[in-house]
Amino acid sequence: MTGASARRVRGLLFCAPWLLGLSVFLLYPLAAALYYSLCDYSVLLPPVFIGAGNYRELFHDPLFWKSLYNTAYYALGSVSFGVLVSLMLALLLNARVAGLALYRTLFFLPSLMPVVAGSLLWMWMYNGESGIINTALRHLGLNGPAWLTDPAWAKPAIILMAVWGAGHTMVIFLAGLQDVPSSLYEASLIDGANFWQRLIHVTLPMLSPVIYFNVVMSLIGGFQVFTQAFIMTGPSGAPERSTLFYVLQLYDVGFQDLRMGYACAMAWLLFGLILGLTWLLTKGSQKWVHYER
Amino acid sequence: MRIALVFSCLLWACAPKSHEAGVRHITYWEKWTGFEGASMDRLVARFNQRERERAGREANYRPIEVEKVAVSSLEQKLLIATAGGNPPDVAGNYSFFVPAYADKGALTDLGPLLAAAHIERENYIPHYFELGVYRGKVWALPVVPASVALHWNKQLFEDAGLDSNVAPRTIEELDAFAEKLTLWQVRLDSGDTVVERGYLPNVPDDRKRLIQVGFLPNEPRWWSYAWGYYFGGKLFADAAHVSPNDAGNLRAYDWVRSYSERLGVERIKRFRSGFGSSSSPQSSFLSGKVAMELQGVWLHNFIEQSAPGFRYGAAPFPYPADRPELANTSEAEADVLVIPKDSKHAHEAMEFIAFVSSPDNLEDLCLGQDKFTPLRTVSERFWREHPNPNIALFRELGSSPNAFAIPKTGIWNEYNRELTNAVDLIQNLSEPPMRALGDVAERMQAAVDRDRKTLLRRGEP
Repeated sequence: MTGASARRVRGLLFCAPWLLGLSVFLLYPLAAALYYSLCDYSVLLPPVFIGAGNYRELFHDPLFWKSLYNTAYYALGSVSFGVLVSLMLALLLNARVAGLALYRTLFFLPSLMPVVAGSLLWMWMYNGESGIINTALRHLGLNGPAWLTDPAWAKPAIILMAVWGAGHTMVIFLAGLQDVPSSLYEASLIDGANFWQRLIHVTLPMLSPVIYFNVVMSLIGGFQVFTQAFIMTGPSGAPERSTLFYVLQLYDVGFQDLRMGYACAMAWLLFGLILGLTWLLTKGSQKWVHYER
Repeated sequence: MRIALVFSCLLWACAPKSHEAGVRHITYWEKWTGFEGASMDRLVARFNQRERERAGREANYRPIEVEKVAVSSLEQKLLIATAGGNPPDVAGNYSFFVPAYADKGALTDLGPLLAAAHIERENYIPHYFELGVYRGKVWALPVVPASVALHWNKQLFEDAGLDSNVAPRTIEELDAFAEKLTLWQVRLDSGDTVVERGYLPNVPDDRKRLIQVGFLPNEPRWWSYAWGYYFGGKLFADAAHVSPNDAGNLRAYDWVRSYSERLGVERIKRFRSGFGSSSSPQSSFLSGKVAMELQGVWLHNFIEQSAPGFRYGAAPFPYPADRPELANTSEAEADVLVIPKDSKHAHEAMEFIAFVSSPDNLEDLCLGQDKFTPLRTVSERFWREHPNPNIALFRELGSSPNAFAIPKTGIWNEYNRELTNAVDLIQNLSEPPMRALGDVAERMQAAVDRDRKTLLRRGEP
């Protein structure tokens, strides 16, 4: 064995654990799910190949479209509000004020709470009769909605909860803000730029790679929303299926109805959708993301 | 040397739990924890003791030892474990999961094993034994049955001037009682507040606050799919055709809708959001906020635990006055024991099931769980020792010709979700019953046809 090939073998050996893990836990399930999506498969009985039958049925399934609409609504709401609020918080927490470390900790803390515990907490806060939110609204003379049991308010309520837990996004923004060279701010000050001009012409362009990263990551997470709805409004997406999200419907079909082939078809479509959206964002980002060269 | 030691430790840690030589170990997954689980624990201990004693007497006998594990979301985990080729030997599940699991090939046909263990269908209340029968085979054996009845709060009846020992017999009487048992706090022009009874349609919304309700069809929400049965409806017209929009169902859900119209959708939502779980003192019924409720045989135990001394009565759920033949209608389901497909110790598992199903043991189990037994014959001791004063009523309801159960279909979960959503739409006054249930019929007929196609594809009859 020559020195080069021995090095290659050694390199592959060092990579082997990762390659093995990737193959067993990612590539094989992906390929198996693709095959099962073309089958009538209930896990316990051998899969029966039915071609594109599951995909054809999906496109005629009103619940598929309903869940896709609900998920897109949630993803759009949680990504836009989440990114906006966390950016605003990061800007505030980047200021030099007393007790900064305490504020940063306080705003970051909610994101450390497990989703299940957070969901239970918010269920109490959203209680139509005795919840803290409606109690506060009553003091202001307002009659709050029944939140999680009102079809018009259930999705916004879950979006609001997602915004509350946007601490991770905020920290990434904060790190990005601290990377903006102070020389740019000094130059803009000399040119007489005010706060808004500095924000629009210096901060946002310099922060654009971080904004792009956060938007992509939030969008991927947003399309996979499951736990909050499962805990807060139940597996059937109550009320009136206003919180029937895509992954919730996938779970119902796969694990409640044991129609795993159909669930695999849904999973592959979601994978394709997220991949497509990420590609679109990446293509579009060339126009607005500014990288320092 | 050191590496060898680390590997040895790892291998030892990963090795399956070693069992005593000569003992036949079986695993038993059970959904119940709490007092229901404890009641079964006692039987498991008794079985293991019996086996050890037999091994002491007979030199060549290999005793069976049952290891009981409490498992949450059992129905899903059972599927995964069975698919993975490592199912438990016995599992305690609800009767309504049997058809879907049998259709998917997840269960062992108990027929031959029951015959060998001398367990006879004739010894059981027919309705409960039939819960485990599907497509002509026995897949599950009932152990702890249940039925449901109307429960009423005697104190609230007396406060409303009603005879606290007489329950409404017809739906019309139930509605009239419910009106008398509904209380509001009303704000007068002077700013003072008074408490008034009835639905008060002439008092403006911003002047009245609901403080007590006579009856709420969605409290508890567990059986929102079942109201049709109390009005003569059925969810399946025959094995191949769904009928959620038959005349009985439409009448039932018009009645359900009438409560939303009388009390107000938003008001009911707010009122309900203050309730705790059914077993807690803050539950709608135990807190005295709802005077009459459809509840199961288990409510007595909740009362003993959470509200001792609470005065209540139980009676068959009312029937429409023009349909007296529907008297004693009740949903009757059961906890069942099943042997998953590919159980490595099916015969040993059946020995355990047969032990649990002997009259004495079954009575002990059901006494411990505060329920009645699924057997036709009941001992004097059982009635004497049972803590629930209404236990005979629940048994009678479970044996009634009008006892009903969730339809035996492989698509029940899907059907249930559709009905739950339809009832949501009806109670929110978003859609009339005719339309909401018509949509369910259309979608579920397609699901039944699809399910049938799947079974035919697999060569099932």
